[in-house]
Amino acid sequence: MRLPLMALSFGLAAATPLYAEDVTTFALKNGLELVVIEDHRAPVVTQMVWYRIGAADETPGHSGIAHFFEHLMFQGTDDLAPGEFSATVEAQGGNDNAFTSWDYTAYFQRVASDRLGLMMQMEADRMRDLTLSEEDVTTERQVIVEERGQRTDSDPGALLNEQMAAAQYMNHPYGRPVIGWLHEIKALTREDALAFYKANYAPNNAIVVVAGDVTPEQALKLAETHYGPLEPSSDILPRARPVEPPQLAERRIVLEDERVSEPYVIRSYLAAERNAGDQRKAAALTLLAELLGGNPTTSVFARELQFKRGVATWSAAFYDGTSVDPDTFGVYVMPVPGVALADAEAALDEVIAGFLKDGVNAEELARIKTQVRASTIYGRDNAEGMANMYGQALAIGLTVKDVQEWPDILEAVTADDIMAAATEVFDRKRAVTGWLQAPAATKEAKE
Amino acid sequence: MMLRIALFLLVMATPLRAEIAIQEVTSPGGIKAWLVEDHNIPFMALELRFRGGTSLDQPGKRGAVNLMAATLEEGAGEMDAQGFAMARDGLAAHIGFGAEADEISVSMQTLTENRGAAVDLLHLALTAPRFDQDAVERVKGQVLAGLRAEEQDPSAIAAKLSRVRAYGAHPYGSSGDGTIDSVTALTRDDVVAAWQGAMARDLIYVAAAGDISAEELGLLLDQLLVGVPAAGWPLPSKAVLNEKPGVVVQSFPGPQSVVLFGHGGIGFDDPDFFAASLLNDILGGGRFSARLMQEVREKRGLTYGIGTGLASRDLSAEWVGQFQASNDKVAEAIQVVRDEWAKMATEGVTAEELATAKTYMTGAYPLRFDGNGQIASILVGMQMLGLSADYPKTRNDKVNAVTMEDISRVAKRLLKPENLSFVVVGEPTGVEATE
Repeated sequence: MRLPLMALSFGLAAATPLYAEDVTTFALKNGLELVVIEDHRAPVVTQMVWYRIGAADETPGHSGIAHFFEHLMFQGTDDLAPGEFSATVEAQGGNDNAFTSWDYTAYFQRVASDRLGLMMQMEADRMRDLTLSEEDVTTERQVIVEERGQRTDSDPGALLNEQMAAAQYMNHPYGRPVIGWLHEIKALTREDALAFYKANYAPNNAIVVVAGDVTPEQALKLAETHYGPLEPSSDILPRARPVEPPQLAERRIVLEDERVSEPYVIRSYLAAERNAGDQRKAAALTLLAELLGGNPTTSVFARELQFKRGVATWSAAFYDGTSVDPDTFGVYVMPVPGVALADAEAALDEVIAGFLKDGVNAEELARIKTQVRASTIYGRDNAEGMANMYGQALAIGLTVKDVQEWPDILEAVTADDIMAAATEVFDRKRAVTGWLQAPAATKEAKE
Repeated sequence: MMLRIALFLLVMATPLRAEIAIQEVTSPGGIKAWLVEDHNIPFMALELRFRGGTSLDQPGKRGAVNLMAATLEEGAGEMDAQGFAMARDGLAAHIGFGAEADEISVSMQTLTENRGAAVDLLHLALTAPRFDQDAVERVKGQVLAGLRAEEQDPSAIAAKLSRVRAYGAHPYGSSGDGTIDSVTALTRDDVVAAWQGAMARDLIYVAAAGDISAEELGLLLDQLLVGVPAAGWPLPSKAVLNEKPGVVVQSFPGPQSVVLFGHGGIGFDDPDFFAASLLNDILGGGRFSARLMQEVREKRGLTYGIGTGLASRDLSAEWVGQFQASNDKVAEAIQVVRDEWAKMATEGVTAEELATAKTYMTGAYPLRFDGNGQIASILVGMQMLGLSADYPKTRNDKVNAVTMEDISRVAKRLLKPENLSFVVVGEPTGVEATE
């Protein structure tokens, strides 16, 4: 992410799907996809440009180039000086930022709706006409070293996640951190960046999502004016990444760091992802995560580990599934003081085993489905959230139809589907278990 | 070149005011509220605030208000924590409680079809919370885990040090979450006392947005707030800011240091507040083109991000900033901050910078009002600041009225480079601590 977020908020509602009635899609002749989501309640519009290129598409030895390049997109073009892009958005009273993941890189602006044309003009400009000076590249690389220092190296939990992903994916590039390994970040050059840009930043690799106070006709006209003339790239490679071999052995990681005060256990299991026309297994996994560890009070983990046994301060289960290749299903437990990680992990495994034996609580499943239905109403309150949901889905290869069918697919999931998904996913041979703790010397010094 | 001409024309067309229809509602029982009606989506957002918040903690009971707010959702009436959560989720209602230094917040979003039942449920939580002993202990354990983690978090360590240096024994001098010792000592009785003292009618502010009429809202509020005590604890006195110019360093392992800096600020009700806001925006506000962002990050690559803000709170006012930087870069970054502070104090800003900042602030303002949840939250905040309901119509005119003379005068009045205090947590090299 180019700019640090000063405030973050997480809500369970954000993890559940939304539904929009007013979504229109177009395809330009040069391959650019346009998605328009109408919301006329306020004179505001969000434009997001999603490129189907991310950290998992990097060549070995160049980890971090996709994210590094995201920063460089703000440096300047033949028409705009470095920094002028953001300065122009700000001069309109708008905000802009960008983010990179394994599967995509996205840029967005939120502005008054009559400024949409200007935003498209500038995004179209930097899609093909970026210019980079050696000095800009050098300074920005230093910023990224600081970003890694702030977001990863200063946070033992982030370091554990990085180590676990590297162990989870033995062959697939999801095992590399999006921000890159430090030694490889430091070696990235202006030539690397320009080659990456020329190959991947083009209309036939982009999805433009516009959400807010705009009609589909207006948006299409503006898109044809600004994006229409751009030449497609002939260098875009299919996303055929190395595939995981059979995973035959459980992996365990202990990360010790003197900055850890509350030790915890976290485990990731390799899990199926959402695919176009085939989202049922992902839907079952989504509801499984909700049932096991979504709700902080009534989920299986909360009831068993926090309320009944009193061994955990916090517990959770999580799964997203919106990825090109297989994702992970996660479980987590932070024990109360005095309970060892080994005992917390054993309790967690007992609860999972108990769930596999006892099955789904029908009332709890019904309540979760009620909330899924409601989220389609609440979700319409947030046009940016809608833009994000459609953009992310399309960038990983789903269709608008897949996005719109998702709530119905969730609704149709049965208790049997969930148990089948659970039985398949909870395979320790395909899992990485991580312990985060302070070194023994630090623990003793505190006592 | 074509592009630049187009930009200029569009800048001139920036909308000048937020077109938002705020209704002032008084319930039959006398509760005042602000409402923005919007029937596009069948749900409403309701926001309540109780002034005082964690600053109302009684002597020796630091953290009681926070623990109370965190335990409000753990059972009410006949329902224990499980029962309450099941009832809420069965209605697909969102109910949240929070405690900050100046207020307790209560947020609810409910589908129109379940509104009556959701209001009954929130009413129970507000007037008949159970605070069961096991729930208090469980939530206390979660608060304590957070406090222990903060002792190993450089940002939290810096905030703690900065607070106590600035305000000493005043509630602003410590975290509203309390300390490990103070929270450990809290009892159920302390939680009950905090509930009765900090969530009373004389402290309340209300706003709603979405699918509800003014008349319906009035009836809803009477139903919701019947039984809430009339008067709470008296509000605390103003906090006196002890300015301690210089640099203090606290050692903490890691590749980077966290740096907090600042000095005295300006109250929201001060006539110079808008001039100060524009100054802050140019110096280190949220924008990428702010001077500190340009000088510290873009030109020198010393940090991932740096920002400043006017911390104008109920009981004090500060002008604060923060950044994180590699240990060998902290000294240089601190010097750049000092230089920029001094430069703006003596030279002010350019006419172009002021014009750009005005366009940004006035252009961004109307964009805030999108979505029921957002609108209700802004409306209740406006009331707490003592603003009138027509404020969104006049606010941008006040920003635009600020002149270059105002800016120079206010820059000299407020920016005091010699008063800057830096709190550094990390292992910085070449930084000289002055105490």
